[in-house]
Amino acid sequence: MTPKSLYAIAPHLSRAECEAIAKKVLSFSAADECRVSINSGMRQNTRFAVNQVSTAGDNYNASVTVRSVIGKRVANVTTNRLDDASLKAAVASAERIARLAPEDPELLPELGPQQYQEAINWSDATASLEPEARAEAVRAITEPARRAGLISTGYLEANAGSFAVANNKGMFAYGRSTAAAYTTTVRTQDGTGSGWAGASDNDFARIDPKLLAERAIEKARKSVNPVAIEPGRYTVILEPTAVANLVQLINGALNARSADEGRSFFSKAGGGNKIGEKVVDERVTLVSDPLDSRVPAGTFGGDGFPNQKVTWIENGVVKNLAYDRFWAKRTGKAPVSAGGTLAMAGGTSSMEEMIASTERGILVTRFWYIRGVDPRTILFTGLTRDGTFLVENGKVTRPIKNLRYNESPIFMLNNLMMMGRPERVSASESGGPGQAIIVPPLKCRDFNFTSTSDAI
Amino acid sequence: MTASRREFLQQSAAAAAAVGLASSLARPVAAQPHVFQGDPSHKELVLRAIDAAKAAGAEYADARISSARSQNIGTREKRVTNIGDNETFGFGVRVLVRGAWGFAASSNLTADEVTRVARQAVAQARANSAAMVKPVELAPIHHPPVPNGVWRSPIKVDPFTVAIEDKVAYLLEANAAALAAGARFVNSQMFFLRDEKTFANTLGTVTQQTIFRAQPGMTVTMVSPDNRDFQTRQSTDIQPKGLGYEHVLDADLKRHAARWAEEAKQKLTAKPVEVGRYDLILHPTHLWLTIHEAIAHPTELDRAYGFEANYAGTSYLAPPEDKLGKFRMGPSFMNVLADRSAPGSLSACGWDDEGVQPEDFHIVKDGMFVDYQTTREQAMWLDGWYKQQGKPTRSHGCSYAQTWADVQFQRMPNVNLLPGEKDLVWEDLIAATENGIAIIGDGSFSIDQQRYNAQFGGQLFYEVKNGKITGMLKDVAYQIRTPEFWNALDMIGGKRSYELGGAFGDGKGQPAQSNAVSHGCPPTRHKQVNVINTGRTA
Repeated sequence: MTPKSLYAIAPHLSRAECEAIAKKVLSFSAADECRVSINSGMRQNTRFAVNQVSTAGDNYNASVTVRSVIGKRVANVTTNRLDDASLKAAVASAERIARLAPEDPELLPELGPQQYQEAINWSDATASLEPEARAEAVRAITEPARRAGLISTGYLEANAGSFAVANNKGMFAYGRSTAAAYTTTVRTQDGTGSGWAGASDNDFARIDPKLLAERAIEKARKSVNPVAIEPGRYTVILEPTAVANLVQLINGALNARSADEGRSFFSKAGGGNKIGEKVVDERVTLVSDPLDSRVPAGTFGGDGFPNQKVTWIENGVVKNLAYDRFWAKRTGKAPVSAGGTLAMAGGTSSMEEMIASTERGILVTRFWYIRGVDPRTILFTGLTRDGTFLVENGKVTRPIKNLRYNESPIFMLNNLMMMGRPERVSASESGGPGQAIIVPPLKCRDFNFTSTSDAI
Repeated sequence: MTASRREFLQQSAAAAAAVGLASSLARPVAAQPHVFQGDPSHKELVLRAIDAAKAAGAEYADARISSARSQNIGTREKRVTNIGDNETFGFGVRVLVRGAWGFAASSNLTADEVTRVARQAVAQARANSAAMVKPVELAPIHHPPVPNGVWRSPIKVDPFTVAIEDKVAYLLEANAAALAAGARFVNSQMFFLRDEKTFANTLGTVTQQTIFRAQPGMTVTMVSPDNRDFQTRQSTDIQPKGLGYEHVLDADLKRHAARWAEEAKQKLTAKPVEVGRYDLILHPTHLWLTIHEAIAHPTELDRAYGFEANYAGTSYLAPPEDKLGKFRMGPSFMNVLADRSAPGSLSACGWDDEGVQPEDFHIVKDGMFVDYQTTREQAMWLDGWYKQQGKPTRSHGCSYAQTWADVQFQRMPNVNLLPGEKDLVWEDLIAATENGIAIIGDGSFSIDQQRYNAQFGGQLFYEVKNGKITGMLKDVAYQIRTPEFWNALDMIGGKRSYELGGAFGDGKGQPAQSNAVSHGCPPTRHKQVNVINTGRTA
């Protein structure tokens, strides 16, 4: 969808404004080292329920965080009052608190000037999406749902802002970014069927509300009156959203320090970590690349360190774990920082081929209420939701009641059977833009379902 | 607050003090000085905002200014990992135009910006009203407008007046105690909030409230000698409260740290649970979360009407006309009372975020489901039910927004499982159990979007045989179907065993907002619950 106007870019602090604020804050500082981080932007949303807009919100905020270092003592103070007196007070407060803090034995000096690549995660279409255009996108779902005698509920969020970081060692980084997400749940009047569709992108113009409406409506219709099946181990065909719901959980464990400390799946028996070990099927490759146009990220982190392209897992083998500057120095490695997005390589199988090749299995639209159970194996629990179907003899035969699983993405990626083409999805439970992630649909064997749910 | 409720709180608080729990619970809210310490000019600005909204065509408007200060201190072992002081300041204006809501917010608190944002909210409501099918109607408020309302959390010590070095020393001493007891790793932290909120609506209410929250906490980690296993113990004995620094002092992490380290160590060698059905004895430090997920969330009225279907979900307690007064939640001794009045609780306030003074109300009475949580908009949806019951149609005061930047909507108050009449305590429930598992502390949690199927872990699991604890278990989680679970409740602790648990991170809404809420409960026993073993080998 094209927004109605492209002139009203959501307010955020420009590079020049950030430079001016940073310069001012640094001039107030008497600390040995001072870092200033500046966040600003608009968060804009519209919600709908029962086929009409329920609430909406537009908010602007800008905040400054001052990190003061005195000797080896550190403190952070954040304020969103940007007048001179408030900024001076924030600097004074950070220095006062830092003096009272104990010395930090892990403190590293601030970075000097860095080279950054130009980020590609900004979209004018997202930044200029006004309430009228959002209401129009809402009608693209509520109207067909109403015509079909169904009840639609959904959420559209479009954010645009800037982030800058500077210090008194001459480092300055500035980036702008946008993010949008649009999700909908369409239910039948009698509450016996429910279908979901969602999309997330930096560029709202790449999200098609009509397509979301079609998919959610079709799923709602096909999911009515589900039957219960026995929980147990099943072959699953996971749509990309369901794959991302689980694969993104690996991200939280890709940390070298907790692995080296013996408290992670990536810890090695006897000591050390699993870099160099094969942990999943050899077809699995997981990469974070801030300049991947499908899932772009900012090109620097909170301390101004440049984000890089990082291959975490290549052909099933762990290649990298995240090292912060301190842990890298301690272990004699280079710091590894990637920007938080995730891309999983895919294959060439279509969903139809995955279904046609399945004697008995379960087709999953998405997972929900995903919570950690055992960090030793990255084991999580959660449930299927809004479109769960039985596959028998190569065909989708009927809707089934939702199921609870206790499963790890690591086990799942070891039980890989088929892979499709990667697709960017909305994989945050809350429907916000969340982490940018692109994954293929998968077919996997022996997925562990432990109970059924009556929830529709 | 009802007389019986007040009496109950006084008694339970006295009992809590007697057994060494936070004695601060005993202080009545009314004893606090009603003086707003925030900026007095905020009153003028909220009034300006609602005037601007009215002038732009709003039928109803409210405005909130919030100045919130929070502080985080984090440590690991002998090191401070973070000291952060955060201040966020801004305002939000909510308006109703032709039956549609609009909301806009800004951090730039000037007279001109207040007017601009009020107009922006009105313009947005107009855009939203274009396809309105059913206009919003608001229930009347049961009390006269409050032109000068002032309320403050019942604290003894403002955490922001306590020196940083004292806080750091407190945490590092607690860590040292855990390390001395053999902990491999220990993380500890404190979080504090002070939120000064000024509110006005077009009905003539203007309130100024100062809300405090405090949470000290610790996680102790043990790693097996061969690096093949690790276990943690979180300090769930200590729950977050709507209190000041006195809560941190009462919590005394240092005193408990060695025990937590020992318990984490025991978990390394605990016996893996055998799957099967067991009688579960649930400690209040665990049960509060089960109540939160399986009673409090499904009784939110917006969920029952489908308004949260796209994220938090709907409810098995729907449609309301089929469930209110007809659905048996549990045994006749099961009573669930909602409040925003319990001193030290996280949901306590003088007025909610649309200017309604909250009241205590039963959600479950003598085992029957009788009411939902509501706001002014939602109370109208139950107009028929309230009329039939001979009750006025009015909000229970459950409107809340997490910050100035977020629109207020229905959030749960404190939802409490009331104690039974018999004077039973934790040990009595264990002594009465032949084959069971006793669970202490909250752990992993997950529940479906209609709140039927849930799975809960915990911090500590004990095998109970013939009335005695016979050893520690690990890899335990129980799976429930909510209606059966509460109807399998067969023993409940008395007033002496009632405790408040709670959390800051109760999520709902899009964009997701965090609510802070407490849940009071005694220990309970549930017959024949399905227990699984979550341990797998990588």
